[in-house]
Parts: sequence; structure tokens; C-alpha cells
Amino acid sequence: MNRRESLKALSITAISTGVLLGACKTKDEVVVKGTSITANEDEAGLQHFEVERNQKLLSEKFFTDHEMATITVLGDIIIPRDERSGSASDAKVPEFIEFIVKDIPEHQVPMRGGLRWLDMQCLKRFNNSFIDCTAQQQIEIVDEIAYPAKANPEMQQGVAFFNRMRSLTASGFFTSKMGIGDLGYMGNRPGKWTGVPAEVLQQYNMQDHGYEVAFRNIKIKQL
Amino acid sequence: MANDKLQIKKTSKTYDVVIVGSGAGGGMAGYILANAGVKVLMLEAGPFFDPAKDSHQLKWSYESPRRGASTTRPFGDFDAAYGGWQIEGEPYTHKDNTAFEWFRSRMLGGRTNHWGRISLRFGPKDFQPDDGVSDAWPITYDEIKPYYDRVDQLIGVYGTKEGIENEPDGIFLPPPKPRLHELLIKNAAASVGVPVIAGRGSVLTEALPNNKDRHACFYCGQCGRSCKIYGDFSSSSALVIPAMKTGNLEVISNAMVREVLTDEKGLATGVSYVDKKDLQEYSVSATTVILAASACESARIMLNSKSARHPNGISNSSGLVGRYLHDSTGSSMSGFLPQLMDRKRYNEDGVGSLHIYSPWWGNNKKLDFPRGYHIEFGGGMRMPSYGFGGHVPKANGMVPDRNGNKKEAGGYGASLKDDYRRFYGTEVGMAGRGVGLARYENYCEIDPNTVDKYGIPVLRFNYTWTSDEINQAKHMQATFSEIMHAMGAVVLNGPAGPETNYGLDKPGKIIHEVGTARMGNNPRKSVVNKWCQAHECKNLFITDGAPMVQQGDKNPTWTILALSMRTAEYILDQRKKQNI
Ligand SMILES: Cc1cc2nc3c(=O)[nH]c(=O)nc-3n(C[C@H](O)[C@H](O)[C@H](O)COP(=O)(O)OP(=O)(O)OC[C@H]3O[C@@H](n4cnc5c(N)ncnc54)[C@H](O)[C@@H]3O)c2cc1C
Ligand code: SF4
Repeated sequence: MNRRESLKALSITAISTGVLLGACKTKDEVVVKGTSITANEDEAGLQHFEVERNQKLLSEKFFTDHEMATITVLGDIIIPRDERSGSASDAKVPEFIEFIVKDIPEHQVPMRGGLRWLDMQCLKRFNNSFIDCTAQQQIEIVDEIAYPAKANPEMQQGVAFFNRMRSLTASGFFTSKMGIGDLGYMGNRPGKWTGVPAEVLQQYNMQDHGYEVAFRNIKIKQL
Repeated sequence: MANDKLQIKKTSKTYDVVIVGSGAGGGMAGYILANAGVKVLMLEAGPFFDPAKDSHQLKWSYESPRRGASTTRPFGDFDAAYGGWQIEGEPYTHKDNTAFEWFRSRMLGGRTNHWGRISLRFGPKDFQPDDGVSDAWPITYDEIKPYYDRVDQLIGVYGTKEGIENEPDGIFLPPPKPRLHELLIKNAAASVGVPVIAGRGSVLTEALPNNKDRHACFYCGQCGRSCKIYGDFSSSSALVIPAMKTGNLEVISNAMVREVLTDEKGLATGVSYVDKKDLQEYSVSATTVILAASACESARIMLNSKSARHPNGISNSSGLVGRYLHDSTGSSMSGFLPQLMDRKRYNEDGVGSLHIYSPWWGNNKKLDFPRGYHIEFGGGMRMPSYGFGGHVPKANGMVPDRNGNKKEAGGYGASLKDDYRRFYGTEVGMAGRGVGLARYENYCEIDPNTVDKYGIPVLRFNYTWTSDEINQAKHMQATFSEIMHAMGAVVLNGPAGPETNYGLDKPGKIIHEVGTARMGNNPRKSVVNKWCQAHECKNLFITDGAPMVQQGDKNPTWTILALSMRTAEYILDQRKKQNI
């Protein structure tokens, strides 16, 4: 993805929200740049400080546009679109990352510094910031920080940054509606649990004897 | 405020009983007393909470801006607890360099809105241990059994009858069936001689006869969020709200109790509290006072209730209030099961309590620690939330890829995306929960230097583990390794070694803290008698975990409930005899 494309991806996701900002007492639509996360207006089951905190975080902006563009490109390298589901940015992972670094501030310095580290590497090597590099150059540098065990010692800071970026991307993607659908999680709905399906038991060469025999058939270890 | 002068507002009414706290201990006492026609006032430090309205049940991770992360709630954004390890403006401190973590929930129902619902009875040997080390209770299992039976029937608990001597059977609803990883665990544990039986949890796998307010579980696995249909036990939904419906129990929420008030004879006359909303001071009168603010908080109230007749705090001439504080031990291990990679998807949410567990099986005569532990197991295809797949970029280098080739750990792109799918639902974990010994040397006391934001002196903790608990954790790690190995699991976290005391969690972390007002027949060696009645103040009772002499390896709440029911009925009896 080149710079223009990534900025386009950003602007698509910088949509309006129904967030009621602290200062804004009306229910008007408020545009929060770089976020599409809506605060829960229904306060049932929430403590007042939680609602206030969410609103405050949503009204603040941490990453610069350039940083967000870099996160967008990197996120889509980590989780690209494939035949089963969309990419990290399709699932609004960059917006999630923007929120979570405000929510968990210990991410802030390593993320900001790591993004800058990446840009400086690219500047030295390719005379461009990461997002302005060619796709091939981007992959070249990612390859050097994506495999902790074989990375060069001088790339360790990049490895640490990429580990964090990769975790946040996976968290953001697989907790989105798209990611949960991709994984095929089938729960969170009323039903009746009747045990492991028969064909699955068969696949694992097991029988569900129920609990009746579970204890009595076991020879207790003499400690 | 028209008048800024601070004054204590006294309510004119005198209640039969005032109960401090609405968790397991307070809820059960309130339920029994209100149903017997006694006029009860319940004071709760937190807000009103009704799971039917306030639960986050069935929300998706993406409905939380932090995707369920534990930033503001220690067990995640959807967990029901209002509170946690730290509460703003309500500190606690530590003596020397000791450690104790104190989990408090401030809400109607207390910590029972989000507890694990693991509902185990203590056994005969937990009340009357024969290990030569731990102290005996002044009561036996047989004396408590009828109350356990009634708690089972009133609240509902699933399980199987196993006939294990020190793991007494209850009156059980059918247990949920094991999930796939649980069957693998069961077989593997059996092969190394560790028993695995059905879990025992307070979830209604069938509707309770004679109860129209609570409904049968629909298997969302989210009990920790509290249940909108009251399918599991929360003190709020199953005890306090029903007790309010009798018309005999009133609740004042956001009422933070300071102390027990006494007369010149040293008898309790009521309590004083600060209203957290208007910050005014109040006092209420009652003929009987029940403390059920949780073991440490009740000790704090007692120690802060000083008067001429009770110079050390109420009913504390023994100096034992706060002493013998003990939590369960905990140590854990986790990994993944390669044979579950690419597993077929189906809904296995099940119930939000244990489907299986290992009751203690050992023989201490041959071991280097007293008593024992049980094992709780986890895993399966859960709703993904913050932190999902954190282990995948490590684990993908530990097993062959789809084509049977070794892969470099880490990565990105289509192949990593595929790995997240392949590893989904392969995790497995186990955690030991064991006896931590009740020792005089471990205690909470009033910190002479610190008050909370209401001006109430706070607790200072002093707690250290000894070799007894450390050796137990070592044994847990060895057992976990054997089970993991027998399953063909790849261990990602563990085995923990001596440098971490074998993964032994800090005291308090297991949230089974009890023992701070131990019961006994000798007033010099205990704080309350075997009815949980204060030795030195006959109209003061304690119905949380404080009176426990020595907790078994079993989680304490079912015993708190049984003891609270028994104490409430003793109060009814003593009222009838006009003794209190
Ligand atoms: C995550 C978690 C999982 C758990 N899982 C299990 C399990 O599976 N099985 C098990 O047996 N146990 C479990 N427990 C422990 C269980 O929750 C407690 O044993 C139980 O709730 C104790 O009941 P209680 O009535 O003593 O105290 P609590 O439930 O803590 O209730 C005390 C109440 O008193 C109120 N209060 C405190 N101070 C004051 C004051 N000064 N004035 C007025 N009110 C006050 C509090 O706000 C609270 O509502 C778990 C706990 C946690 C946190
Ligand atoms: S698992 Fe059952 S009891 Fe627990 S919250 Fe879901 S429906 Fe309620």
C-alpha cells in the first residue's frame, strides 16, 4: 500500500460517531478524528467513572496522522485480506490501537518510539519513511524484525516493537465482528450444551462415558 | 448544604437486626431473617446492583472499546465486579516487605456477582483435621451437613455423587457434560493417577423446583458477568432481592459502615455509617448487629469499634481480631494441545463454572507439606477478547505447519493469519488451589498512620508464606507437568521453579481470605463462639469468612453460606428465648 492508499484507508475509517463528548451536551453527531468507536450510552452496569473515562479517551487523539498511516500499513502487512476475511484496516484495527494505547498508557512509548525506529531504519536504508517505501522495501525490513529467533541482535528493538504491534493487531482483528466470524467462534448465544458432538468424539477416538465411570475407573496414584 | 456543621443523623426507628454487607454472608443471613418476619436493615457500601438489568451478559468483545481488556476491571471489561485490587480513595498498606493482595467489590451482592461459582463443601477432615499441624474447628462436618443440604436445595448446585470421604456429596443437579479438552484432561490425568470428577457449581442446569424467579441456565459460559435470568447464584439475585420482596428487609446502598456502636454494658446498639452520596454521617439502631462485610473488612470494623468496654476494638480482649488471616494457595501452568489444531468449530461455551476438577487425592504421610490442593482446569473455544492469540507467534515455531514442515516462530501475513485460526481453541490450563495454613503470625491490623477518604482508619497487612505452602506449590507444578506430558500438550508457561516459589501466587491473590475472627470455645483463643457470636458482645454476630478456623483446599463460599444460615437460625432461636 502506498502513502495515498493508506491515507485513504484512514479517511474511510475516520468516520463520525455518536459519542457524547464530555463538553458536548447534545446528542449531535460528533466527529472524532481517527476513531469510530462509540461509547456506550447505556450506562446500565457501568460505574460513572468508567463512562466518563471512556468518553474522555475517545475525545483525545494520541497518534499523529503519519503514525496512524504507518500503523495502517503495518497492520495490513500483519493481517492482510484473504479469501476468508478482510484485512486489519478493514476491521478497523488502527482505530482500536489508537484507543488502546490511551487506555493502557504503557503501550505509548514503545509504540511511538517503535514507529520512529522503523522510520529511521527506512530513512537510512531507503531514504524514505516506511510508508513511502516500496512494498518490496517494506517487506524487506519487516522480514528482519518478524522472526525473533533469527533476527540480528542489532534489530532487537525492532523485534520488540513488532511483537507488540503484532499482538495489538491480532487482538484488534480477532475481537472484531469480522475476526470473530473468521475464527468461527459459535457461542455467545442461548442454547443447550449437550456434550462433544458425536463426530468429533469419533475423530479423536474417544467416547464420552459421562461422569459415572470417570472417578471409579481411575487407579489413584500412591503418593 | 444549608448547615455545614458536621453532625450524625440518627434514624428514629430501631431495627431488629442490622446487617453490614450484602455478599454471601450478609445475603444469606438477611434472607433467613426476613423470611422469618424479622425486621432487617442491610447496609451496603456499594451501589444497588441487579444482574437482570446491570449484567453485560451476551455482549460481544467489540462492544467494549478495549475489547474486554482489564484496564478498569481486573477480570475484564464485562466482568461484574465494581472494585478490584485497588479502590480509589480506599487504600490498604503492608507491614515490612510482606505482600497481600486484597480484592474488594463494592456492590449489592458483593463478590458473589462475579465469583467462579465453584461450590464445594468442606469435608469431615477439614473441620477435624488429623494431620497434627492444622487446628480443629469447634464443630464437625455432621453438625454443618444439614445446612449444606439446605443451601444446595435453596440455591442449586450441580455435581455427581462420588462417595469420596473428604469431598462430601451434596444434593446435586445434573452436571454439564465435559468439553473436548476436558475429556483429554480426564484421560491424561487418569493415566498418571490423578482423579478427575465433574465440577460442582452453583448454576441451575435444571430449573429449581418452587422457584419462579430464577430460570434454568442457557449455557453462555458467562457467569462472571452475572446472569440476567438468575441462572446462577449471586447473593443479589438469589437472596437479597427475594428477601426485599418479603417487605421485611430494607437495603441502604452506598452506606459505608464505620463502626459498631455500643452501650455502657458493651452491648451493640447499632452502627454508624457515612453515606457515600451525600457524605453525611448517620447512625442506625438495632437490637442485633451482624457483620458480613467480608473477612478483612469485618475485622477492620471491629478493630475500629473502640469504647471504654472494648478498648482494643469490639470483642477483642484476646487480641486475635485480624489474626489467623489465611488465603488459599495457587499455582498454575498453561500450554496448548497440538492435536486440537484445526479443530471443528461448534458452540462449547457451557456453563461459567467448572465442568471438571480434581479433588485432592494425596496421602500427606508421604509428603513434605500438610493437607492438600485441588486442581481446576481451563481451555476451549472461548469468545476472543483482548490478548487473543498472544502465544501464536511463539507456538507456531513449536509444531509442524500444514505441510509438515518446521516453521520459523513469529511471522506475518496470510500464513500468520492462518496460524491464528489453526491454534484457536487449543489452549489448556490448570490451576491448583490448596490449603494455606492459618497462622497467628499472618494478620491484618489497623494502620496507625493512614485513613481512607472517609476518615476511616485502614488495614495494614502482614502475611508471609512458609515452606508448607511452597512445597505444596512445588508438588502442584510436578503434577501439572505430568498431566501436560500425558496429554501431549506443549507447555508455554511453566514449569515454574524455586526462583518464583514454584509459581505460588502472592497471599490474597486467590481471593479466599478468611479467618480474621476465628471461632472457638475458649474466649482467650478465639473471637466468636461456634455460633459465630462474639464472645464479648452477645448481640454481635459475624457471618462472612472471618470465623473460619482453618479453610480446607475447597473454595470457601459454600461454607460461608451454610454457616450464615446456621447463625441466622441461631439468632431466631435466641430471640425467641429472649437471650438477645
Ligand atoms: C473472581 C473471583 C472468583 C471467585 N470464585 C470463587 C469460587 O469459585 N468459589 C468460592 O467459593 N469462592 C469464590 N470467590 C470468593 C467469594 O467471592 C467470596 O468468598 C465471597 O463472596 C465472600 O462473601 P462475603 O459475604 O464474605 O463477602 P463479599 O462477597 O465480599 O461481600 C461483602 C460486602 O460487604 C460490603 N462492605 C464492605 N465493607 C463495608 C462497610 N464498611 N460497610 C458496608 N458494607 C461493606 C461490600 O461492598 C460487599 O458488597 C471468588 C472471588 C472472586 C473475586
Ligand atoms: S452460563 Fe448459564 S447461569 Fe451462567 S450466565 Fe450463562 S445462562 Fe446464566
